Amino acid sequence: MSPTLIVARRELAGYFATPVAYVFIVIFLVLSGALTFTLGGFFARGQADLSPFFNFIPWLFLFLVPALTMRLWAEERRLGTIELLLTLPITQWQAVVGKFLAAWAFCAVALALTFPLWVTINLLGNPDNGVVLAGYAGCLMIAGSYLAIGAALSAATKNQVIAFVLAVAVCFVFAAAGSPIVTDFLSQRVPLMAEIARGLSLTERFNGFARGIIALRDIVYFASFILFFLFLNAVVLDHRKAD
Amino acid sequence: MPALIEIERLTRRFGAFTAVDDVSFNVAKGEVLGFLGPNGAGKSTTMKMLAGFVTPTFGTARIAGFDIATHPVEAKRAMGFLPEGAPTYPEMTVTDFLAFCGRIRGFSGRLLDEKLAIAMGQTQLEGVRLQPIETLSKGFKRRVGLAQALLHDPPVLVLDEPTDGLDPNQKHEVRDLIQRMAPDKAIIISTHILEEVAAVCTRAIIIARGKILADSPPAALIRPGQTLDQVFRELTLAPREAA
Ligand SMILES: Nc1ncnc2c1ncn2[C@@H]1O[C@H](COP(=O)(O)OP(=O)(O)O)[C@@H](O)[C@H]1O
Ligand SMILES: [Mg+2]
Repeated sequence: MSPTLIVARRELAGYFATPVAYVFIVIFLVLSGALTFTLGGFFARGQADLSPFFNFIPWLFLFLVPALTMRLWAEERRLGTIELLLTLPITQWQAVVGKFLAAWAFCAVALALTFPLWVTINLLGNPDNGVVLAGYAGCLMIAGSYLAIGAALSAATKNQVIAFVLAVAVCFVFAAAGSPIVTDFLSQRVPLMAEIARGLSLTERFNGFARGIIALRDIVYFASFILFFLFLNAVVLDHRKAD
Repeated sequence: MPALIEIERLTRRFGAFTAVDDVSFNVAKGEVLGFLGPNGAGKSTTMKMLAGFVTPTFGTARIAGFDIATHPVEAKRAMGFLPEGAPTYPEMTVTDFLAFCGRIRGFSGRLLDEKLAIAMGQTQLEGVRLQPIETLSKGFKRRVGLAQALLHDPPVLVLDEPTDGLDPNQKHEVRDLIQRMAPDKAIIISTHILEEVAAVCTRAIIIARGKILADSPPAALIRPGQTLDQVFRELTLAPREAA
């Protein structure tokens, strides 16, 4: 097994060895369920699809994912294990990616546990399961993007509260960039900025996935976005690890 | 054959403060170097630079011929490092933790089991194999850290206060172990305990305020009628009075 996967495996087991994992999953399931059935009007819409659920995901993850990442490096610092991890014969990049993959796999588990929703729509009607699958892929892309942002910020500060608040703020910027409020405001004043904001937006691309459209350029965008923040994470880590 | 540990003009500044100031020395196979000095002398910082955790401001070091700046992974592979305070992942069991370190070091299957058994035997951890590390006493935790450093039978050992927190019997065991391994390794141990230097070290370096004050066999430091303790005090206090 590659060092990256060995780190990821240990990390993932670590989530489930503490209450963090269970609290996260329960809160995610309760909130996503509640939002889908109340605000989302799951039944009232009379359609067998998951779009009420998918619509809330970028906003729900906005708070939950930073809660997961705020301790990513801070905890290693607090325990001193960062010194152990980074003096094992692995590169810092492998440590960064390993930790990211574990957090991402964890989000995938949380998403997979929403399967009762999928079962429900299949019992009630004849949904396009391809669209549903694309929607879940989009959720993973959003989770990965937020995770990469949160991980980089957690390497930058020892303080978990600061890491959380900053991560929510930065994720919010990328989530809200494509929303009509922002783009309408911008297009009336600086049309070019509106285009840039729409181009940077994570939710805009996510909506494509949720409609069942998986475009190559959206995948490339998410991949570059994640890689960029992981790279930033490695650079910041190298700079601040011993402080 | 070049020395297994070669340190060249290693310097580390934190802001305007120089923690390690132009330190150079070599440690050859068969040598056990006692690294002595008061708190804040720069012992841990020097060891962290050797282990590749703290980046030197100036100077470099080679481990088994590998430069820590240009070949960090190879250098780390040749080294066993016990960080100050012996950090470990508290929620993991002793076996899981050591298996993680072993896998990272490239062992798997039967070979991994063998390596674990040997390391746990050397550090008398068999009795607590399946206990979570957080439930262990300070002495056991320190030995888990030690087992992690010995696991891959490295040619170079860098141990930061390996006997801190052990009871007299355990201290004796660890010293015996270090002496048994000494002939085919280069070992650096940092310590406050002077008798330990006399007991296990073939050579002692005294460091204070980042600078090397003395480098000789422990016996040569003791002039007739003086204890090592007095020499230590004399050497470390003299420059401060002059300043
Ligand atoms: N990350 C850091 N930032 C600022 N000062 C540091 C840092 N690490 C160590 N120091 C300072 O460097 C000096 C040497 O510390 P250290 O190497 O831990 O000493 P020792 O292990 O000999 O007790 C101390 O004065 C300590 O305060
Ligand atoms: Mg120290």
